[in-house]
Amino acid sequence: MIRDNSLSRKLFVVFNYILLSLIALTCVLPLIQVIAISFSSPEAATAGFVKLFPVDFTTAAYEYVLGREEFFNSILVTLKRVGIGIPLNMLLTILIAYPLSKESKVFRSRTFYAWLFVITILFNGGLIPLYMVVKATNILDTVWALILPGAVPVFNVILLLNFFRGLPKELEEAAFIDGAGHWTVLWRIYLPLSIPALATITLLTTVMHWNSWFDGLIFMNSPDNYPLQSYMQTTVIQQNTLSIINDSGSVDLSKISDRTARAAQVILGALPVLIAYPFLQRFFVKGIVLGSVKE
Amino acid sequence: MGEKVIEGKSIFIKTEKENRKRYKFTRTLPLHLMILPGLILVLIYSYGPMLGLVIAFQKFIPAKGVSGSLWVGLENFRYVLELPGAIQVLWNTLWLSFLKIIFNLAVPLTVSILLNEVRKEAFKRGVQTLIYMPHFLSWVILGGVLIDILSTNHGLVNDFLGILGIEPIYFLGDNNWFRTVLVSTDVWKEFGFNTVVYIAALTGINPALYEAAVVDGANRWKQTLHVTLPGIAPIIILLSVLSLGNVLNAGFDQVFNLYSPQVYESGDIIDTFVYRIGLLEAQYGVATAVGLFKSIVSLILISISYFLAYRFAKYRIF
Repeated sequence: MIRDNSLSRKLFVVFNYILLSLIALTCVLPLIQVIAISFSSPEAATAGFVKLFPVDFTTAAYEYVLGREEFFNSILVTLKRVGIGIPLNMLLTILIAYPLSKESKVFRSRTFYAWLFVITILFNGGLIPLYMVVKATNILDTVWALILPGAVPVFNVILLLNFFRGLPKELEEAAFIDGAGHWTVLWRIYLPLSIPALATITLLTTVMHWNSWFDGLIFMNSPDNYPLQSYMQTTVIQQNTLSIINDSGSVDLSKISDRTARAAQVILGALPVLIAYPFLQRFFVKGIVLGSVKE
Repeated sequence: MGEKVIEGKSIFIKTEKENRKRYKFTRTLPLHLMILPGLILVLIYSYGPMLGLVIAFQKFIPAKGVSGSLWVGLENFRYVLELPGAIQVLWNTLWLSFLKIIFNLAVPLTVSILLNEVRKEAFKRGVQTLIYMPHFLSWVILGGVLIDILSTNHGLVNDFLGILGIEPIYFLGDNNWFRTVLVSTDVWKEFGFNTVVYIAALTGINPALYEAAVVDGANRWKQTLHVTLPGIAPIIILLSVLSLGNVLNAGFDQVFNLYSPQVYESGDIIDTFVYRIGLLEAQYGVATAVGLFKSIVSLILISISYFLAYRFAKYRIF
């Protein structure tokens, strides 16, 4: 790059650093304040004394939220959903992406199958008909209602099949000549070469499962079966927190308030994503670019 | 002698053809098998609901089922159009998604260009790490955060405005402000992540072009105008064309977690409307009719956008 040492350039550089720092701050300040509130006393939070640091530090709000049976149950549902959903999503993504990555010459039905899957992202039946199908297949109110309707993530299939197509053809040709079948080629050649892409897709799927809330809200009749985000939707957003606090006799009401309890829930709900995020960030930029930009 | 050889050859070719056919089938059988499980699930949970769309033309009563419910033709569509507020909902949807599309293209583009000027890798990476983050949080979490910081009762934003001497604003309950809140918080959540594609495109610009521009006496601003922007123009055009398919998606997750009856006037969109008619008022046929309308219009728009993207940018999804 060419060096430019004029005054206006220097001014721009300083201005640029300041502006970008401010932009980055706006992305974290709100979260920092919510963290601060979650660790503050209810009086300080309600009176607006809490800015970016906790006032009258207390963990009462967390104790309250973590002590709630509903919260605990919802985490179990989410873990179940993640535990079954991600392996299933990944298995189906791989199994569909491999055949579709073949040339039409090799796999003549490829175009037909590809369209069959792509149509599902272009057009869908909508909310009520989906509900009817979920009900008809008898999975309403079970964890399967959160897993099966989205079991085939077509966007991820497209990402992975584009990645597969970029792998050197010579490797599989050599394997075929040595007598390997498609299963062997997929397992021994494609998958080991696709670790970065698979890691990216696993990340996307995990975040998707962790963050989903609407399906839980509509497919679960009983709030006991809500996954964490659906439970949070009802308590944090629909603002029933206070009424719930009033129900429970075991909590000392002087130590928490609607605001601090809500803040603690928000932070707990975001925590896994925030913890995993720095580790996963390295993978996904590479992976997304691989999927979206083609030569 | 000669004839025999030719005959032998043709026999040989024939069996080879047959062999190849059988060979081809056994070669592709595993491929069909791999697709099968996913195919079955998609047929049930994606194509099944498409069949269920017939209830858009029925006065659907769950107890009677699809076969027992009364057929009413286009009655459901007429009913919705006559509902007070239907036009408002359509308008809200179009206007909100239009604003979101524009700002979600422009803001990430600007930030990418600014980031591209940063020479300190560590600073650049730090900023990127922070601005990607909101993308990974759900609208339930962000809704919780926003309800808190936008509150009139010592929310972060109103406290800040207070320092500037501005009266507290009821952002989530004021029809004059609600759309601004929706658009700006959506941009806030997604702009960082949207820079990924631009930054990839920016690194693809040939450095020789900048050197040539400098030789011609172009300053930084001129370089941005005449090298950087034309360099990433194809990706900007591609992204804007592809966003056409989202014109009727004004962001259900976001609106649903931020709105309240006070701001239906400015913030109610097709998807939230369908939700209320369908699941809260149990008018299944009507809700499905609105959903069908949306699906069809979206399908047309997506088809047009993919056609344009293919035509002008040779973009293919698979």
